[in-house]
Amino acid sequence: MENLANAFVVLANFVLIPGVAYGAQLALGALGVTLIYAVLRFSNFAHGDLMAFGTMATILGTWWLQANGIGIHPLPTALLMLPVGIAAAVALALGTDRVVYRFYRRRKAAPVVFVIVSVGVMFVYNALVRFFIGVEDQRFEDGERFIIRARDFETLTGLDEGLALRSSQVLTVVVALVAVAALFWFLQRTRTGKAMRAFSDNEDLALLSGIDPKRVVMITWVLAATLATLAGVLYGLDKSFRPFNYFQLLLPIFAAAIVGGIGKPVGAVVGGFVVAFSEVGLTYAYRRVLQYVVPEDLMPDGLAQLLSTDYKFAVSFIILVLVLLLRPTGILRGRVI
Amino acid sequence: MSPSVRTPLFFAIMAAALLAVGVFQSWTLALAILNLSLVSAIMALGVNMQWGYAGLFNVGVMGFAALGGVGAVLVSMPPVPGAWAAGSWDLAFAALAVLATIGAALLVTRLVPKGRRTLPIILVLVIGYFAIRYFGDRATEAVEGYEAASLGYLGGLGLPVLLGWVVGALFAAGAAWLIGKVALGLRSDYLAIATLGISEIIIAIIKNEAWLTRGVKNVTGLPRPAPYEIELQQDPGFVDFATGLGLPATTASSLAVALVYTALFSLVLIALLALSERALNSPWGRMMRAIRDNRDAAAAMGKDVTRRHLQIFVIGSAVVGLGGAMLVTLDGQFTPGSYQPLRFTFLIWVMVILGGSGNNMGSVLGAFVIWFVWVQAEPAGLWLMDTITAGMAQGDALRAHLLDSAPHLRLFLMGVILLVVLRFSPRGLLPEKTGGVPRKA
Repeated sequence: MENLANAFVVLANFVLIPGVAYGAQLALGALGVTLIYAVLRFSNFAHGDLMAFGTMATILGTWWLQANGIGIHPLPTALLMLPVGIAAAVALALGTDRVVYRFYRRRKAAPVVFVIVSVGVMFVYNALVRFFIGVEDQRFEDGERFIIRARDFETLTGLDEGLALRSSQVLTVVVALVAVAALFWFLQRTRTGKAMRAFSDNEDLALLSGIDPKRVVMITWVLAATLATLAGVLYGLDKSFRPFNYFQLLLPIFAAAIVGGIGKPVGAVVGGFVVAFSEVGLTYAYRRVLQYVVPEDLMPDGLAQLLSTDYKFAVSFIILVLVLLLRPTGILRGRVI
Repeated sequence: MSPSVRTPLFFAIMAAALLAVGVFQSWTLALAILNLSLVSAIMALGVNMQWGYAGLFNVGVMGFAALGGVGAVLVSMPPVPGAWAAGSWDLAFAALAVLATIGAALLVTRLVPKGRRTLPIILVLVIGYFAIRYFGDRATEAVEGYEAASLGYLGGLGLPVLLGWVVGALFAAGAAWLIGKVALGLRSDYLAIATLGISEIIIAIIKNEAWLTRGVKNVTGLPRPAPYEIELQQDPGFVDFATGLGLPATTASSLAVALVYTALFSLVLIALLALSERALNSPWGRMMRAIRDNRDAAAAMGKDVTRRHLQIFVIGSAVVGLGGAMLVTLDGQFTPGSYQPLRFTFLIWVMVILGGSGNNMGSVLGAFVIWFVWVQAEPAGLWLMDTITAGMAQGDALRAHLLDSAPHLRLFLMGVILLVVLRFSPRGLLPEKTGGVPRKA
């Protein structure tokens, strides 16, 4: 019995809890991608770099606060600066839409043109982030790092294995829950949210009903930039901030959006967790779990790791390919053309 | 300006810019830019085939270029018999396990009726996975353990590197066929996302499977298709020739080697250009453009759109792979860590869009211009920052930061070039020639 408890604690510590936190981060990112897709109808390749930009603004603000000795101790200072980061990302997204995307929208350009344009935008965001903050790893987490320390857990329960619960992980889940709940309330209950969904379902019909397309597009960018910043800051608090990693997050985020059914907000959340758990679950070395449940003479020699961590992108990709092959509309039947 | 004036004029300007680099900076630099421009031009031609002829958006150029490099390494490097001896049996069994798994999976899809396949296929794949891992892990351990510091990989075939260019192209074509089978025929964004994914995975595999290409330990000293500088410097005939030109033997030898590459690359580029021009102006090329411009109409005329897309996707990727193999040959080393998507995927895209999608000469010109700007933007950015911050104190933190950030200016520049061209001149510097009859201006 105790062995089983130990095995479960190890599993929770290294797979379940990190998986939930990572899943929440991916879900927030995928929600942004899927909203842009639903309303503007293109896959936004600049989304990862928009995340990086919002996070960068938050980090710069956090440093300024830290230098002035302002903080909210048990919680990370970055939380205080989130509104500033969000405002910066929203301003950037709206500015980009005004200068770049609006032109193509008026021309009714093909979706693939939008995708290429978003690649150009990605270059520019990328350069901005690197210009302001550089390419190195930045850590900006402060405040209380742990809610439960592994040592305390061991003394508390008398088990051999400790369970560590980091505050950034709990924070991620709480913030993501609040953000997703607020988003769904907005989309389902408010007039503007309904207008957005109507616009996404049938543009012409929505226009005939007197919905203002400019407003819908603007709200979409505001939401996408907000979600992107939240996802980016939470990911940065949980791991660390490095501009190139944010570009690479694009793949799991796209995978999450497509797996769930692109254009479907609920699908993005489901997809985020599917991708996160597959990635963490397949790249974890299960040796420490197995040692409690498998008799010694049956223990495998190696680490019992299904896939090396270096191949974590392959997991998102394989999920993506399986979905494209078996169910191109995604789990929740999103759009497909 | 008619195309017949525009094309030579722009190429003449480009040549003048390169000559200016030679005169004012150095001839070595001018030749280095020229050689990399030629390689980039070949990659841009490949992307232009996919995007310009057929409208396929491939964001995995980096992966196909890297596969080309793997081809060059595996063909040209000398074999490592010790590593083969250490891991050969396990390696053979691992290969057998891979083949058996694929075969069994195919057999299941043949024999078992649709709807009841999922379980047996999963079973086959799981058993296959453990068999491959069992032999594969033992083989990689043995191979990578063999003189790990200097070798630790299987080596290549020890054949001429030029053959490696063909093999590199074939590797890229194979990967493109696989990915095209899955993602073509769905909406265009999906191909983009799928190619982005496959390129990241290819790089991850190349970095980690050290038994194949030494991974992040890099393969250096690839055999060259050109003579070595040191040989030329020891050749009395060459030294006499260099002194006759008034050059020191060291400079002359490096220039001579660079010129050999230039000649080789130009030959490949001209051959490719001639072939693609012919293809584009043949019934096949017209069909491709018809599919690009209106796939429904083309499908209604009985063209198999997905099949044609797969064909051009494979051909274009093979050309990119060829470029990748040439690049590795030029560098003389294979460094997986140097494959960055911004440099290898998106920069090539800027070349194609700037040059004029659909026009082969345009892609070549775009490659020359963008590579030139890319190389020259770094010192220019530094100079700009230096000028802006000249008034600040020497040790000023902001000044140091701005000077450090100067290299990132060129990313910004590339993004702005792409956006400006797409907006104000979407047909590029050398617009595509449309129709059989030249249009009136």
